Amino acid sequence: MEVAVLTSVEWVLVCKTYDVPQNGGACVKHHDEQIAIYNFSRRGEWYATQNLCPHKQQMVLSRGMIGSTGDTCEPKVACPFHKKTFSLLSGECLSGDDYQIKTYPVQVVGDEVFIGFEK
Amino acid sequence: MSQQGKPTVVVIGNGMVGYKFCEKLIAKTAAFQLVVFGEEPRRAYDRVHLSEFFNGKSAEDLSMSTEEWYAENNIVLHLGDSVTDINRKDKVVYSLHDVAQPYDYLVFATGSSAFVPDVPGVEKEGVFVYRTIEDLELMQAYAKIARKGAVMGGGLLGLEAAKALIDLGLEETHVVEFAPRLMPRQVDSVGSNMLQAKLEELGLQMHLQKSTTNILGDGKIDGLQFADDTLLQVDMLVISAGIRPRDELAKKAGLEVGPRGGIVVNDRMQTSDDHIFAIGECALHEGMIYGLVAPGYEMADTVATLLCQGEKLFTGYDMSTKLKLIGVDVASFGDPFVSEPDARTIAFEDKNKGIYKRINLSTDGKYLLGGVLVGDAAAYNILLQTVNNKLTLPPNPEDLILGSRGGEGDTGAGVMSLPDEALICSCESVTKGDICSAVTEDGVSSLEGMKKCTKAATCCGGCAPLVKDLISETLKANGAYVKNNVCEHFDFSRQELFDLLKLNNIRTYDEALDTFGKGDGCESCKPTIASILASLWNDVIAKQSTIQDSNDRYLANIQKGGTYSVVPRIPGGEITPEKLIVIGQVAQKYGLYTKITGGQRIDLFGAHVSDLPDIWEELIDAGFESGHAYGKALRTVKSCVGSTWCRFGLQDSVSFAIEVEDRYKGIRAPHKLKGGVSGCIRECAEAQSKDFGIIATEKGYNLYVCGNGGSKPQHAQLLATDIDKDTCIKYLDRFLMFYINTADALTRTATWLNKLDGGMAYLKNVIINDSLGICEQLEQEMQSLIKNYHCEWKEVVQNPELRKGFAHFVNAPREKDPQVKLAPMRGQVKAMEW
Ligand code: SRM
Ligand SMILES: Cc1cc2nc3c(=O)[nH]c(=O)nc-3n(C[C@H](O)[C@H](O)[C@H](O)COP(=O)(O)OP(=O)(O)OC[C@H]3O[C@@H](n4cnc5c(N)ncnc54)[C@H](O)[C@@H]3O)c2cc1C
Ligand code: SF4
Ligand code: FES
Repeated sequence: MEVAVLTSVEWVLVCKTYDVPQNGGACVKHHDEQIAIYNFSRRGEWYATQNLCPHKQQMVLSRGMIGSTGDTCEPKVACPFHKKTFSLLSGECLSGDDYQIKTYPVQVVGDEVFIGFEK
Repeated sequence: MSQQGKPTVVVIGNGMVGYKFCEKLIAKTAAFQLVVFGEEPRRAYDRVHLSEFFNGKSAEDLSMSTEEWYAENNIVLHLGDSVTDINRKDKVVYSLHDVAQPYDYLVFATGSSAFVPDVPGVEKEGVFVYRTIEDLELMQAYAKIARKGAVMGGGLLGLEAAKALIDLGLEETHVVEFAPRLMPRQVDSVGSNMLQAKLEELGLQMHLQKSTTNILGDGKIDGLQFADDTLLQVDMLVISAGIRPRDELAKKAGLEVGPRGGIVVNDRMQTSDDHIFAIGECALHEGMIYGLVAPGYEMADTVATLLCQGEKLFTGYDMSTKLKLIGVDVASFGDPFVSEPDARTIAFEDKNKGIYKRINLSTDGKYLLGGVLVGDAAAYNILLQTVNNKLTLPPNPEDLILGSRGGEGDTGAGVMSLPDEALICSCESVTKGDICSAVTEDGVSSLEGMKKCTKAATCCGGCAPLVKDLISETLKANGAYVKNNVCEHFDFSRQELFDLLKLNNIRTYDEALDTFGKGDGCESCKPTIASILASLWNDVIAKQSTIQDSNDRYLANIQKGGTYSVVPRIPGGEITPEKLIVIGQVAQKYGLYTKITGGQRIDLFGAHVSDLPDIWEELIDAGFESGHAYGKALRTVKSCVGSTWCRFGLQDSVSFAIEVEDRYKGIRAPHKLKGGVSGCIRECAEAQSKDFGIIATEKGYNLYVCGNGGSKPQHAQLLATDIDKDTCIKYLDRFLMFYINTADALTRTATWLNKLDGGMAYLKNVIINDSLGICEQLEQEMQSLIKNYHCEWKEVVQNPELRKGFAHFVNAPREKDPQVKLAPMRGQVKAMEW
């Protein structure tokens, strides 16, 4: 993956590539924040979002199922509780609710996975 | 005139009918500028489904449209702002927030408010009405500190409010009704009594013929006092004693209102001022206020049509209703009360099952006039159609309520005999003709597509089953092959995918997607294919964990708050004291809540995901196996104690239940499977409510299949009589494998049978007479599944790689999720409210 230089972002090493199951997610901890990180290996892409599902405030999005929707194959994650789905690109809720989740940039260097936090 | 030079229509009220009026007008013309004032803080929402707010629907879920919709259609929407004055001479309305808005036409859609009787104490804390989202939010907050609640009013809305109190978790819920019976306006007295009995089973306590004279309590309610000097202790009250049309503004503006409220309108919905209309629950038409949404929509359509120079009159509306109370079906249609000598009445009553059905026929027996259904309202839609379309009745009209038993497809074919003008969706005025032509001309083939195309079934949803039947019958009539695709990624039904994956020996999801699908998959096709692969090969599911539904991925059911449950298998419900002790010790060590389940085993709740492997390791060491409580798989085979102890027992039902449970454990199916074995016809194991049930006889066993508990209970049907154990197992192998091979995803055996062409007779022919010549193959397939059984938890516990998947934080595997919070309850713990 290309390494973009963004000065306002601090890249933090959060885990190894093999820590996150293929085509699935896992949760990482950064200070008090819980972040869901997704290894979309089918597309060779990585994504990260907040772990909290805004619907019932549950820390579970990392345990959700990922997939895609529509002609543009928008990547998404479905919350395991009530299957509300969220875009992994924009964080927008795709099931018709007004929810919005936070997304984070991800970089993979070798087998190390970094998440970008705003400084 | 507005700035654009268009005539301006001002709508007062952004409720269901006001919104629908805007939608209908926009659909017909762009010639008007629409300006809407809404007193409530949010956009119009679906009040009919208000109670779903308590079942987790958010205000946004209930909303009838988006902010963008108003913008796109150039509608000016003033929310949280009510109209306070009207100058009819200059045609201007004035609002609370000082908007002065000129109009050419004015539409009142102010709805109604809850009628609050003049009882001393109604202002006390803890007294609520049930009308808006805000009302519900207040109730929800108050219910946390209340234990006993009452609803004043036993009508349609009152009963719905009572159900809501139960759902809010109150320990006691009372219904206080002035009349001698429930729902006096919709249901006759026999029906009311039946309804009452059913509701009492649900836990409601009824107080009829009670007139409340005082609401007691110091600042906040602590009881009700009745005219007969009795008292009822409650700490929360919901008043649902009827509605009062919101006509105060109309009255102030000098428009004619009825003596008991309501803005008087003619057949064109015009008030006493030609330029002012009133629609919905605020309008009084021919002395009648319509407290339902469908007539309101019809009024909205009337005004929209008239403004476009069309001709349409509102001439009254049918008040048929179906109660949405979960748990008890109640419906009333046409004229429910008409009786001899003006009509002939046929009634059917089954006190045992709590079913009452009554139909009223014309004196010549040719037409249906109306009726009442309690306990089973499945026939509501078709009966309503029969009344509304004046269909001539069959020679044995009693079949309408007794049903020509076991005849599937009847309803399907029935819908095709309706005339094209038959109104199928009365909320959105969609006729049978509209639906059939959407299928034939616009290629619509699913309910979702039909909702988009015609809006049918988008409002109360009551007509959805009829719409579905019409779609598939029209497709069939057009010679189309009715498809039932899994999702956008696969153009195949579950059954087709099953065959494809089997024939092509496909073993992973990725292979399936690459070969037969497109895109990257989703939460519908992944678990469906996971289940098919498991049914075909019975491989270790944890190997493809990320395509499993969450519960299958973590081999445990997720609970509120993100913890999991642990359910070890206890075959037949038999357990040794030693094993019971181990369960107790494990629960103590990991702080788990323990409960005996309805399936004769023990569930341990509240486990951190990161503790699951350790917990299971201890259980497995003590000889336990996974109970598959998380999987679409065999759950329990319930047993009664049987001939080993019971004085009536004919066979050893426990041993047989254990044998059957051990045989089929771990097998994946389209939905979960449950069984039961009873030692005699007293049926203490409730075998006839299971997917398969075995009941001992003098000579052997009777085998029943396709029963179901759950929300639509259905008794299992007899497949074979007086068979021996081996034959029983043989038939079960065939039956289960046939179901696994052919059912749609998430279809229980009962529903599968209901949809099976030919029904039970056909199934018997396949399983017993081998009419398809597949029995040998079915038996072999079952044999191979049984051979491949493994305890999924054992695989995980012994495999460090798989164990790793159960950490909450991958970068801090020993740390538990700090968000998990449990609260104490009766010496154990419970999940925190969400
Ligand atoms: C624990 C238990 C309630 C209890 O405390 O007794 C239970 C709990 C759940 N049931 Fe049940 N059911 C339990 C017995 C039943 C029974 C009674 C029985 O089996 O005799 C029924 C009615 C019988 C039937 O299934 O026909 C029952 C009908 C359902 C249904 C409705 C199924 C249907 O066909 O309509 C669901 C929903 C579903 O499966 O889609 C359900 C779903 C659930 C789920 C899995 C909901 C969920 O996804 O979280 C619950 C979670 C359990 C957990 O976290 O471990 N549960 N459930 C019972 C566990 C039995 C066991 O030992 O495995
Ligand atoms: C719990 C519940 C369950 C129901 N179930 C069913 C059912 O199963 N089937 C069925 O057919 N019907 C049902 N109904 C009735 C149905 O909701 C109503 O018939 C329908 O909402 C009426 O629509 P309306 O637009 O006339 O009134 P409303 O939806 O009440 O809208 C009127 C709006 O006007 C606003 N307003 C009033 N005065 C002013 C003013 N001066 N300025 C600005 N705004 C103003 C009000 O605040 C309100 O938002 C149910 C109602 C409730 C409360
Ligand atoms: S079903 Fe028969 S054998 Fe079983 S407990 Fe009841 S009476 Fe006894
Ligand atoms: S908690 Fe995530 S969808 Fe409900």
